[in-house]
Amino acid sequence: MDFLEWARNPWGQNVPIHIAWFLIWVAAIAGLLFLMVHATYIRYFAKARAFANSDSPVVAARIPEHVPRHSLTARLFHWVMATSMFTLLFTAFLPKVGLQFDWVTYHWIAGSVLTVSILFHIIHASFFMGFWSIWPDRIDLRDARRRILRFVGKPAPPPDRFAKYPLENKLYHGAIIAAGLSSIVTGVFMMFRVRTIFFPRYPYLFRDMTWGLMYVLHGLVGVGLIALIMMHVYFGLRPEKRAITKSMIFGWMSRDFYLNEHDPARWPVEASASPSRSQGARTEG
Amino acid sequence: MAVIRDVMPAFELAQPNSIADAQKLLEQQGENGWVLAGGMDSFDWLKDRIKKPKVVVDLSGIAELKGVRATADGIEIGAMTTLTEVVEHAVIREKYKLLAESAELVASPQIRNQGTLGGNVSQDARCWYYRAGWPCYRAGGNICYADTPEGRNREHAILHADRCVAVNPSDSAPALIALDAKFVIRTSKGERMVDAEDYFIGPEIDITRLHILKPGDLLTAIRIPSTWAGARFYFEKVRDRNVWDFPLLNVASAMVVSSGSIERIRIAVNGAAARPLRLKVVEDAVRGKPPNAATGEMAGKLAVMGAVPLQFNAYKIPLMRNLVKRAIGGVQEAAWTS
Repeated sequence: MDFLEWARNPWGQNVPIHIAWFLIWVAAIAGLLFLMVHATYIRYFAKARAFANSDSPVVAARIPEHVPRHSLTARLFHWVMATSMFTLLFTAFLPKVGLQFDWVTYHWIAGSVLTVSILFHIIHASFFMGFWSIWPDRIDLRDARRRILRFVGKPAPPPDRFAKYPLENKLYHGAIIAAGLSSIVTGVFMMFRVRTIFFPRYPYLFRDMTWGLMYVLHGLVGVGLIALIMMHVYFGLRPEKRAITKSMIFGWMSRDFYLNEHDPARWPVEASASPSRSQGARTEG
Repeated sequence: MAVIRDVMPAFELAQPNSIADAQKLLEQQGENGWVLAGGMDSFDWLKDRIKKPKVVVDLSGIAELKGVRATADGIEIGAMTTLTEVVEHAVIREKYKLLAESAELVASPQIRNQGTLGGNVSQDARCWYYRAGWPCYRAGGNICYADTPEGRNREHAILHADRCVAVNPSDSAPALIALDAKFVIRTSKGERMVDAEDYFIGPEIDITRLHILKPGDLLTAIRIPSTWAGARFYFEKVRDRNVWDFPLLNVASAMVVSSGSIERIRIAVNGAAARPLRLKVVEDAVRGKPPNAATGEMAGKLAVMGAVPLQFNAYKIPLMRNLVKRAIGGVQEAAWTS
């Protein structure tokens, strides 16, 4: 079984041309298996989550009813990125599994939208949001160790509640950064091989081997994203995560959810003038 | 690079004697099966050892696929009917001369004696980079060797190119589109019929095929309705060698003129894109107008809107403009312009 497809170019060199398309099914099945195993584990085996420390009534009283989590700009970025990502996956892989349509134009347009939105996000996150809030910190690593030890039945103190983002969120974000940037960089170069409005075609930009590896990387990242997006949608729909999903729509999460899952010391939220509304509260993004 | 060895790779030869058996065999073999009609396209691929099917399904023994039959509304031509039979058939010559004229201009008499109508419309692209076995888009790779600064692309597409710039080489295809023919296809799910223009697909839909047939599918017949019987027809093919060549471009039109105006018209060109193009915009624009030089001039300009020449095929734009102009305005009235 060959994971890559090879061809002999006019100069007699064997070069990879793209991934073997059965990997689409491998990724989809792997994603599905993960969902099934996780859902089974949560339903039948998982223990109730326990966190260290609890807040004083004074701290809790300062938290507004609606805790602001995502600004309108951040939410718009997320949904634009999600739309373009789904368009990219559907246009890339549906034709490969038998649903044929004029996919290339939609694909590069969606890719261009994704590229622009990611560039915007990099600037927005770097200068207007809490840049480090999405990266794992020392407490995340310490708590991850504690959670693993407790998971395997060894004694360990309970972990702290999360900062703005749980470690799983941060790791997923890291995976999406790696996959997204790889697909964008390779995709931008691949646009030199099709007719777009951006630049003239120039198929000789790289040697055949480099082009081949670029197509392979683009394909591998693409099928990887199938599994990653499946997981993301799954977690977004899980009941215990619904508050996080809703916050990506409405911008806020409830005070109860915030106090149960998040540590005000690690993710401080300023009280608003009116405790019932969150508009005055400041958020990192 | 392909080397003609004249010794085909080994394959299993199946010679069914019914459409049902042939379709079943093709369905069983899937990607490993190969449909052999007249062999004019197939033997090139096989002798060059570029295509190496495991099973070749030879349709020559299926009587149902041969001959021209009258139907309640026109005629039905079996997919295995030879081009010579099409050219010589009395009813076709009398009522659908457009098809006879186009078939008569296919290749040479020997090839027309062997080549079939189904094969002519289903043949593969003739781009030499592709035929030479190079790993281009159409062959499943990730490059078009013809659409490069140095690529030899004099014969290639000026319209609807999408990564691959190969063109459809069929002469009968535009004539069948102009005649509003229906293609009868046998699949594992039964029989279905598609309009001639929908039988062909461009690279934007599937870069590895020129038509909608999937592995296991079989084109069994082509039905021509009587709608355009006896209409005013025009077919012209331009090629490098008039004795025997694929078209650089061809045009086919069927027109009904009433009271000096074009009442109904269908017009199609081939050799301009990866599929024969029905020029609906032109049809709409000329309907109700007199079939003269001025209308032809306007039609020609409309036809080439959006054309993008490659390095060596810019000549195709005025060529197509003039062919459409002549198809509408007539050869005498519509003078050739560059």
